[in-house]
Amino acid sequence: MIWALSLPIFIPFVTGIAAFLMRSSDAGKWVSVGGAVASLAASIFLMAMVLAEGHVTGQLGTWVAPFGITLVADLLAAVMVLITAITGLAVAIYALGEVSERLERLGYHALYHFLLAGVCGAFLTGDLFNLYVWFEVMLIASFGLLVLGGSREQIDGGIKYVALNLVSTIMFLAGIGLIYGMTGTLNMADLSGAIAEVENQGLVTVVAMMFMVAFGVKAAMFPLFFWLPASYHTPLFSVSAVFAGLLTKVGVYALMRMFTLIFTGDVGFTHEVLLWASALTMLTGVLGAAAQTDFRKILSFHIISQIGYMTLGLAIFTPLGIMGGVFYLVHHIIVKANLFLIAGLGGRLAGGTDLNRIGGLYKSSPMLGALFIIPAFSLAGFPPLSGFWAKYLIVKASLEIEAWFIAFIALLVGLLTVFSMTKIWAEAFWKPHPDKVEPHFGRVTKPVLWASLTPIIGLAVLTIIIGLGPQPFVEFAERAAEQLLDPSAYVEAVLGASEDATGDAAEEAQ
Amino acid sequence: MKSIILMTAARLLLVLMLVFSIFMLLRGHNEPGGGFIGGLIGATAFIVQAVAAGAAEARRVLRVSPEALAMVGLGIALASGLFAGVVFDPPFTGQWHWVGGDSYETAAFSLNTVLVFDVGVYLVVLGSVLSLALSLEEEV
Repeated sequence: MIWALSLPIFIPFVTGIAAFLMRSSDAGKWVSVGGAVASLAASIFLMAMVLAEGHVTGQLGTWVAPFGITLVADLLAAVMVLITAITGLAVAIYALGEVSERLERLGYHALYHFLLAGVCGAFLTGDLFNLYVWFEVMLIASFGLLVLGGSREQIDGGIKYVALNLVSTIMFLAGIGLIYGMTGTLNMADLSGAIAEVENQGLVTVVAMMFMVAFGVKAAMFPLFFWLPASYHTPLFSVSAVFAGLLTKVGVYALMRMFTLIFTGDVGFTHEVLLWASALTMLTGVLGAAAQTDFRKILSFHIISQIGYMTLGLAIFTPLGIMGGVFYLVHHIIVKANLFLIAGLGGRLAGGTDLNRIGGLYKSSPMLGALFIIPAFSLAGFPPLSGFWAKYLIVKASLEIEAWFIAFIALLVGLLTVFSMTKIWAEAFWKPHPDKVEPHFGRVTKPVLWASLTPIIGLAVLTIIIGLGPQPFVEFAERAAEQLLDPSAYVEAVLGASEDATGDAAEEAQ
Repeated sequence: MKSIILMTAARLLLVLMLVFSIFMLLRGHNEPGGGFIGGLIGATAFIVQAVAAGAAEARRVLRVSPEALAMVGLGIALASGLFAGVVFDPPFTGQWHWVGGDSYETAAFSLNTVLVFDVGVYLVVLGSVLSLALSLEEEV
């Protein structure tokens, strides 16, 4: 059990080390792809186990819960690990065509896999302090990726990124300290029960808000999002795709975990704050995007607005709301990573991502146009693509609790998303290129083209599959939401299992 | 500015501090110390060298690149954790082999994965601190 849980973390680490030691030869990048395939296999295995058993738990180093480091996978964690592995593989393939030899020498592949290890660790851990450690692993690796190459623009974005993330980290750590002082435990399952017994519930709410701010920064929620558009357009496209797809979602995941498992004592206050913060996140993100004229900057602002939908699902705090949030999370990772990959290929063909200076992509490479339409319309919520179902669930959930205004904002933001997507379409794809360049596929070499197109097509196919046959995915999200809203099974899986382990240990001692 | 006094002293200090760092690494097994602090002291030894004779000289004395050192260290730490799989224990379960006895009290000494893990930490800290310090030294 514990091995199934820890392999999705260990494989990227081993891959990263191996890729680093082979960084000066061509083997490094193939090790990277191979490791990503192995991660995918491990996460599929974990997913199968979770589907069969509900919860899979384990203890590192045989130290029993709640004292040792618990790894635990429920449906949400398992699907996040799986989707991380899928995105990880897609971007690892894309990187074959993008990452220059110089960046490979500097250790691009190692950092990339350490980032994936950090992301998987954050999804799988059942211990609050351990979660902090994985956030740090992610931060270090992502900072390395962000400034790799060291151009002036990158350092500028990197400084903003690190400064704000450090604020979030300090807030997180302070919250952990307070919570440990109040309850004497940091095991999440243990906390779930212990937090209700704290006398000073006011202080618990304060700590809950500290966590909300800490994870809100990571997830780029209003009003703490400004680090994201300042940094995401500077690094390689592979890097920004994996950032856009995964990093902010770790923040959303942590919010979902904390505010369903632990901080449910004062839902009327905490989730109300989250509700309005989500609405403003959606709105500011989409309005910010409307003002941009750079392919990647528009997409960056759209990450923010889409994050709002996910946290909105959590804030509504009904089974349907959480279900919508989970569905949104999965759909958005695929779509957003794909859009950044397309922006990368389009940018390379047309010679940049500034929409005023490029054009003609549709005429010269219609296939890329078709591939752009799929995730772009999915993002905006056109039926029958995956985004439609995600938005439908969220809007329906907010109508159910009679939050008319919130539902209105959610729909309005969808409309404004269409505006941004058509702007990209009109500028980058439709209008002729201002410098009379013909951005056809022949402008890049065959291997580079296929390394770029394979992941783009793969992710687009996934989007269509979710869109056309949403039933199993919706049912899955429903089960995941049930698990989240009823933490008793989670608690039992972690603490009950450890009692067995203690029993075993005692028997062995005799 | 090169000081002949510092350069001469640095050569002696390098050896002394490296020995002391390994002492700290081993001492950390049961007393305050350990891989992290040992790695820091070891890194300081090379930083003194870099201050006295320049970063290029420190790199020459180190022989391998600090980044590779850190990665190998990480690999060693990871391998010590995964070794538990050989005997079907959960990862990072400490494996102990007592030499000349069968418990902590009676054995002369022990072979264990815990110390291997600490050696890994030592190399990670040594490598990553040096990697930062030497590139800063080169910038200045």
